[in-house]
Amino acid sequence: MSAASHLSRGAPRSGWSRFLLIGLVLLATAFVIGAPVAAVFVQALSQGLGFALQSLADPDTRAAIWLSVIVAVVVVPINTVFGIAAAWAIAKFRFPGRKLLLAIVELPFSVSPIVAGISYLFVYGGQGLFGPFLEAHDLKIMFALPGIILATTFVTAPFVARELLPLMQLQGNGDEEVAATLGAHGWQTFFRVTLPNIRWGLLYGVVLCNARVLGEFGAVSIVSGNIRGETNTLPLHVELLYHDYNAAGAFAAAAVLTLVALVTLFVKTILERVTGSA
Amino acid sequence: MSVGGVGALPRRRPSRTKGKGQGRVVPGFRLSLGLTLLYAALIICLPLATLIVVGARLGPADYWAVVSSPRAVASYRVTLGAAALATLFNTLYGFALAWVLVRHDFPGRRVLDAIVDLPFALPTAVAGVALTAIFAKNGWFGEPLAALGIKVAYTPIGIALAMAFTSLPFIVRTLQPVMEELDGEIEEAARTLGAGNVTIFFRVVLPILVPALLAGVSLAFARCLGEFGAVIFIAGNQPYNTEITALLAFIRIEEYDYPAAAAIATVMLATAFVLLVVTNALQAYARRHELAP
Repeated sequence: MSAASHLSRGAPRSGWSRFLLIGLVLLATAFVIGAPVAAVFVQALSQGLGFALQSLADPDTRAAIWLSVIVAVVVVPINTVFGIAAAWAIAKFRFPGRKLLLAIVELPFSVSPIVAGISYLFVYGGQGLFGPFLEAHDLKIMFALPGIILATTFVTAPFVARELLPLMQLQGNGDEEVAATLGAHGWQTFFRVTLPNIRWGLLYGVVLCNARVLGEFGAVSIVSGNIRGETNTLPLHVELLYHDYNAAGAFAAAAVLTLVALVTLFVKTILERVTGSA
Repeated sequence: MSVGGVGALPRRRPSRTKGKGQGRVVPGFRLSLGLTLLYAALIICLPLATLIVVGARLGPADYWAVVSSPRAVASYRVTLGAAALATLFNTLYGFALAWVLVRHDFPGRRVLDAIVDLPFALPTAVAGVALTAIFAKNGWFGEPLAALGIKVAYTPIGIALAMAFTSLPFIVRTLQPVMEELDGEIEEAARTLGAGNVTIFFRVVLPILVPALLAGVSLAFARCLGEFGAVIFIAGNQPYNTEITALLAFIRIEEYDYPAAAAIATVMLATAFVLLVVTNALQAYARRHELAP
């Protein structure tokens, strides 16, 4: 829809009420969303850029950044494959229980991260479902990297699927049916026909999933054990520094995460421009 | 991101399953469904089912004693009250925001559209420390508000504020696609029949948007009830006054009181289920009463 058709629709609005509404919304957004983002950078630089960079170079902070990167490197591909598979199955086929499966895929959106973390503790923790088995085989999942990965996977499960589903439903099965009729194999159809059709939506889903993985806090705070320099992800490290009264350090770490969020939104805007669906 | 956008789009007919996967043209049914079911079972269902079993093992009397303890009830009150306040604020603000984005063009519209997603992309803990810094006694907004005698940080208002921040995109993104489908013709027809602006809004526009609005509201409300990262920094976390239910469950885990944590977590899970059913019912209703295809 072009901007012009936006304007021509509806009633001819008197100028002042239009400007008042837009102005109020912009003002509210500046207060509600703009101010917190600005505050992160102002606080991070409150003791100078040098201090901010120095606190990022601290070994514990570096360890936290690395841990978060490792978690993202594992979780994002898992949830991308799952997201594609789920969207493919749900959008392209009809089968009994399809709506239920869709509800289950979206369930992590509605479940509190704290509930997710506690649930995983009861599965893999010492007194949990698999606790005796894991202990007997000397495997450590809770309060270690695998637990952080599992809990983060749960919390960020729906992001890729949620981006792809509407896209695949809108595009229908026509292209895939033509490819199959022309003798393409399953994987040929996927890589040459479907993937080019969904690539921008997929990319945004992946980028958003990545931002959520790096930022996950509640579920990880239950399963990580909070060992400084070992099982502290970057958001947990922000909390730790904050409670250590090292505000400038905490906000320097927070600024890194905020930059990731801003890049995510920037990529989204670019993608929408590419696909012309802004 | 497209919250609740699935059904709002025109759908073409998906392949029907015939017999045991025979006769379908589009490939990959077994592989994609198999992967999805495996993942859904292991990653999503197993932990939640385990939680329910652990909660049930407590027995009715002990379970009730935990979930109806004064501190737990106080935490429900704090959480529900703050979530209601946050959702009320977001309903008004989110509606205006979506309306401005869909109906008006102005410099910076694209930027505004992009930053609506910021609360999705920004880690909740970062939102928490940032809001606390702004609304603390010596913060940008906290200082002038304190001069007026209004305290935000470490009060229930602060909790509502943090919840409002993280749940705002749910309402905007649910309303936006429906507003885009609402073209001006119906409003013009109403105007021709002599209706004024206020009448048109409340009698024509609002009834069409209500199902989508309610779906967004229930989604946002669910999100508020489960929020943890953004809230704990600004809440003050005083039992009975500013302690949310998620924090109480977290504290029980830290105290190694696992049965109590399980019981409280099942209450949160049940609430989420109920809200999910409500949201889905509202979205189905919105789909059935869609405007033009």
